[in-house]
Amino acid sequence: MEILAGLMQGFAVALQPANLLWCLVGVVLGTVVGIMPGLGPPATIAMLLPLTFLMNPAGAMIMLAGIYYGAKYGGSTTSILLNVPGESASVVTCLDGYQMARQGRAGAALGIAAIASFIAGTVGVLGLMLVAPPLAKVALSFSSPEYFALMALGLAMVVLLAGRSMVKALLAMLAGLWIAGIGTDLFSTTSRFTFGRMELLSGVDFVVVAIGVFAIAEVLANMEAREETRLLPVPKGLRNLLPTVQDLKDCRFAFANGSVVGFLIGVLPGAGSTIASFISYGLEKAVSRRRERFGTGVVEGVAAPEGVNNSETGGALVPLLTLGIPGSGTTAVLLAALVLWGFKPGPLFIPENPALFWGLVASMYIGNVMLLILNLPLVPAFAQVLRAPAFVLYPVILGISIVGVYSASGSLFDVALLAAFGLLGYVMRKLDYPAAPLILGLVLGGAMERALRQSLMMSEGSLSILVARPISAVMLSLALLILLIPLFTKVNAWRLRALDS
Amino acid sequence: MARKFGAADFYSGLVLAALATYIIVQARQWEYLGPDGPGPGFFPLWYGIAMAALSGVLVLSSAWREKSAERVEWQKIGRALAVWFALAVSVAALKPLGFVASFAALTFFIAAVMYRRPLALAAAVAAASAAAFYVLFPLALGVPLPAGVFGF
Repeated sequence: MEILAGLMQGFAVALQPANLLWCLVGVVLGTVVGIMPGLGPPATIAMLLPLTFLMNPAGAMIMLAGIYYGAKYGGSTTSILLNVPGESASVVTCLDGYQMARQGRAGAALGIAAIASFIAGTVGVLGLMLVAPPLAKVALSFSSPEYFALMALGLAMVVLLAGRSMVKALLAMLAGLWIAGIGTDLFSTTSRFTFGRMELLSGVDFVVVAIGVFAIAEVLANMEAREETRLLPVPKGLRNLLPTVQDLKDCRFAFANGSVVGFLIGVLPGAGSTIASFISYGLEKAVSRRRERFGTGVVEGVAAPEGVNNSETGGALVPLLTLGIPGSGTTAVLLAALVLWGFKPGPLFIPENPALFWGLVASMYIGNVMLLILNLPLVPAFAQVLRAPAFVLYPVILGISIVGVYSASGSLFDVALLAAFGLLGYVMRKLDYPAAPLILGLVLGGAMERALRQSLMMSEGSLSILVARPISAVMLSLALLILLIPLFTKVNAWRLRALDS
Repeated sequence: MARKFGAADFYSGLVLAALATYIIVQARQWEYLGPDGPGPGFFPLWYGIAMAALSGVLVLSSAWREKSAERVEWQKIGRALAVWFALAVSVAALKPLGFVASFAALTFFIAAVMYRRPLALAAAVAAASAAAFYVLFPLALGVPLPAGVFGF
C-alpha cells in the first residue's frame, strides 16, 4: 500500500506539464546522445548539469535521468546500422544487430531493440520501486564505520572492473581522492593542496573535473581521426520496423533474461551495463537451441543485450538513491547533481524527499513509453543525427562545456582548470587509466574522509571500530578480497577475459 | 623472450610517484591525530602512502613488461593536442576578447585547419555558431558569458 501511495504521488509530480516536457527533452537528448558514437551520457549530463541549477530539482532530475536511460535506447541504432556502438553498453548489439541489418532486417532489429528496451527498462523501474524503500530502511541503521566500509567496497568494485590494470585503476581512484581533498578542511579550517591560490580554497568543482575528463577528453579523442560514417539504409514506415510474431516468440527468454540480469548487475557498484550486456548475451547463447547461429543475425542476440542495458539503469539508481553510493561515472555525475541541488542521497533521501523519489520513478515509466513511441517510428529521423558534420558538432560541445563551467561559478580560473582536466582525461585514455575510478574517488572522497574521521572520533582514535562492527567488517573484508583478486591467477584471468571481450 | 622497457607506464608512474611525494610531504605538515580525533593530515597521508606504493609497483613492473607491438600514432595524437592547444588559447583569450570572439576563432580553427573545409564555409560556421550561443545563452536563457573589449 505504501508503494502504491508513493507511486500515485509520483505520477502526480511526473504528469505535471513542465515535468512531462523535461522528461521528453531528456529522453530525446538521451536518444540523440546514444546514437552519436563518442559522446556518452556522463559527458552530456555533466555538460548540462550547470544549466539545471535554475530549474526545479524534480524537473532537472527527471531530465537528467531521461538522458541516462534514453541513451541506452539510442545506442542500439548506431550498433545496428553502422556496426559501431553509439554507447559502450551497445557493443554486444553489434554482433547480431549489424548482421540483421546486412540481411535487410535493420527494421526488425531496431524494432526488437526498442521493444526489449521498453520491457526490461520497465522491469528495472519496477525493481527500483520495490527494492529501494526497504533497502533505505535497512541502511538507516548504518553509522559512520558502515558508511566508510560501504564506500570502500563500492570503490573496490569499480576498481576491479574499470580496466585491465587494477594498479592503474587504483592510482586513478587515489588521484580522485586527492582532488577531493583540495581546499579547506571543514573539521579544522586548514587549507590543503591549494598551491597558495585563493580560487582553490573552496575546492575543485566536481562539474569542472567531470566535464573536462568526460566531454573535453571525448572531443579530443574523436579529433584524432577524420572519419566519415557509412550508414546502412533505414527502412521507412512503421510496418518495416515491427518485428514478426516469430521474432517476438524467439525473444521470450531474452526479454526475461535482460530484465532480471540487468537489474541485479545494476545494483552492484562497478559492474555497469557493458558487463551486464555481455553476461546476458552469454546466458542467452548458452540456453538457446540455435546457439551456433549467434553472431550471424539472430534476433535474441539483439533483444538480450538491449534489454539488459535498460534494466541496469533502474538497478544502478538503487545504491545511488538509498546509500548515496554511485556505481559508475554516470551515476557519480547524478549524485553530484543531487548534492549540488541541496539533497543528501542516502537512507533518508526517500523519507525526506518522497515527491522527488516517486516523481523520478513515475517519470521513468512515462519516459520508457515515450522512448518506445519515439524509437519505433522516428528511428530514421534520429539516425540523421549521424550525418551532423564533425566540424560543427565538436566546437559546439566545447562551447557548451565552457558555458557550463562558467555559468556554474562565474570564474575564468575554473574554465582554465576545465582545459587542464580535459588534457588530463585525454592523457588518461591514451595511457589506459580508467576515468570512472577518478570520478568516483572525487565524488566519494569528501564523504569517505568524513566517515573515517567520525568513526575514529567515536573510537577515540582506534581503527578497530572499523572491524568490530559486523556489517562494516564484512564489507571491508569483501573490499580487501576484491583488491587481492590479481593475486588469484584463475579469478584474475576470468576478470581479464571478461574485460577483453 | 627479451623483456623490455614500458616507457608510458614508467613515466606516468614517475609522475604519480612525484605527486604522492608531494601529498605525503604536505600531509606531514598538518596535524595527524589531535585531542578530537584525526586531523587534516590523517587521510591524505594514508592515500599518499598508497599512491607512492602503487606508483612504485607500476614503475617497477613496467621495466619487466614486454614492449608493446602497438605503434604510437603520433600524427593522431598531434591532431588531438593541436585542438587542445587551440582550446587553451581560446580560454586564455576569454578575458580580453570575450566568449563570442574566442569561440568563433576556435570554431574557425577546427573547421578550417583540422577538417580542411573552405575558408568561407569555416568562417560562416564560426560566425553562425558564435551568434547562436550568444542568442541562446545571454539573451534567451539569461546565462552570462565572459565579455571582452567588444562588450560581448
